[in-house]
Amino acid sequence: MEETWEGKKPGLKKTVFGALIAIALIVLPHFLGDYLIHVITMGLLFGYLGLAWNLLGGYAGQFSFGHAAFFGIGAYTSTLLQIHHGVNPWLGLFFSGLAGLLLGLFIGFLCFRYGLKGPYFALAMLAFAEMLRLLATQWMSLRYPLGISIPLKGDSFADFQFRSKIPYYYLCLILTAGLVYLMRFIERRKTGLYFKAIRENDDAAEAMGVDVFRYKLIAMALSAFLTAMGGTFYAQYYLIVEEESAFGTGISVAILLGPLVGGVGTIGGPILGGFVLEFLSEVTRNLLGAYSGVHLMIYGALLVFVIIFMPNGIFGGIKVLVKKVCKYGG
Amino acid sequence: MTIPGAGVVLQSIVNGLLMGGVYSLISVGLTLIFGVMKIINFAHGSIMMLGMYITYWLYVLLGVDPYLSLFMSIPSLFLVGLILQKFLISPVMGAPEHNQLLLTLGISLFIENLALLVWTPNFRSLEIPYLKKAFLLGPVMVTVPKVIAFVFALVLSGIVYFFLKKTDLGRGIRAASEEREGAMAVGINLKKVFYVAFGIGTACAGAAGTLVAPFFYVNPQAGATFVITAFVVVVLGGMGNFMGAFLGGLIVGLAESLGAAFMPGQIKQFIIYVIFVLVLLFKPEGLFGRNVGR
Repeated sequence: MEETWEGKKPGLKKTVFGALIAIALIVLPHFLGDYLIHVITMGLLFGYLGLAWNLLGGYAGQFSFGHAAFFGIGAYTSTLLQIHHGVNPWLGLFFSGLAGLLLGLFIGFLCFRYGLKGPYFALAMLAFAEMLRLLATQWMSLRYPLGISIPLKGDSFADFQFRSKIPYYYLCLILTAGLVYLMRFIERRKTGLYFKAIRENDDAAEAMGVDVFRYKLIAMALSAFLTAMGGTFYAQYYLIVEEESAFGTGISVAILLGPLVGGVGTIGGPILGGFVLEFLSEVTRNLLGAYSGVHLMIYGALLVFVIIFMPNGIFGGIKVLVKKVCKYGG
Repeated sequence: MTIPGAGVVLQSIVNGLLMGGVYSLISVGLTLIFGVMKIINFAHGSIMMLGMYITYWLYVLLGVDPYLSLFMSIPSLFLVGLILQKFLISPVMGAPEHNQLLLTLGISLFIENLALLVWTPNFRSLEIPYLKKAFLLGPVMVTVPKVIAFVFALVLSGIVYFFLKKTDLGRGIRAASEEREGAMAVGINLKKVFYVAFGIGTACAGAAGTLVAPFFYVNPQAGATFVITAFVVVVLGGMGNFMGAFLGGLIVGLAESLGAAFMPGQIKQFIIYVIFVLVLLFKPEGLFGRNVGR
């Protein structure tokens, strides 16, 4: 693995390339219809969630099977605050992140304090997400049998509600771009290296003087904070929150599947993966229509395929290919 | 929280033990797979669900008695196990553990949602007169299909136990689960051991599916609740420990049933997750330690 940690200056080519992509993404929605904007927005959202997951799973090496716990707590926090206490959803976005962070610290403290690793940590996360789903069902389903609807306010920036899809697109773009920037920042700092050291071998990292427990907690809290904010965005986008689409296992799988498909531990991977997933689920939805759960079937098949044939994701696969070509091509 | 009377408590104990027998059978299969292959089989519940549907359709379409359909569900899910092992599990035997878990999660998502597509999410139940009967055992009401399921589960677990203890192949499986390299060194065919262990594991899940079909709603998600219960049992009994899984099944059955008597509603499932996390955190080596057949 190549590590750059003293801020290596990106070359001119890279800067121009990045600027072109940025301009393309900014003008893009004005050339597309509502449906395509929706697809791209969801691709970006799952890219964003995948990046947030990747911080804990890909960098710090703690695979979570239950990120729906954070996603759902985010969606519910801002929505309930808004409905019952009239809290502005922009403020709600922050409170959601905070709620996610606290939950992350709580779960992280328990799991890492008692040394849960690998599949056991993954399963514990799954259990926490399921517990929250059951609690949400128990407490909410009597009062809101069809899910909680956020009252319509029309086109209002102040209320985080828009008739057009374009503002949502830009918001999601800003969130994702911000997270990409944050990841690049962390990657070059001491924290990023500590995460990677923990991922490769946490006993060795501990022996080298890394406070493993503390850095695992940092990764967990940050990842949870970001994921929960994604939950609020999702709630404001659909203006409805219900247990299954907030805390369901399907969400946990969708969040981790993006990075896995694209490439765990990379920045481009989760975003690419998010788009691949969204594209696949739209295609199956259009082909097979009303059957709910078909996209989960596809996710399952994709998961199996990726693990067996592309354990390093698309990005990892490309890296290997490039290396091979370079080797034989001289 | 409600305080139930002594009759209710006794009733819960009996029901819990009866259900616990089935949990034991599922968990014995899961722990066998873990012990030998070090793989946590998330698809165990989906396999069980397939067993339920085999029994359901054999009865509805051909009128086959549900317990006779054991002769169908056991071999066919043994075969499913072999196929899974050959094409999906064996390529990842050397992969990181979380990838293996992701793989079995993917398999279970696929099977479950395929079932949802093919058989719809409708809850189905077997309407068989002799299975609707119940009898009084002192102050306790016992339903016939639960007793039959309990007896069959004990017998099948016993057969697996004796297979592991008394046959060469069974000894090979136990050896492989204790010390893989050592087993290979003394000439045990590991490949064969993996196939048989995975096959027996999935066959146990399938048999359990058949056994609960007469008194449980048959639906594509039915296995999902059982698999978590089985995880709890397997961790509680010590990952890979046969007797641990067997006793753990009875204990968890009892705990769940008594818990439900005191705290009704969806909380029952919630408690299973709480126990699961608590055991993982504080007693990850289980009540009885690890390894098969101790």
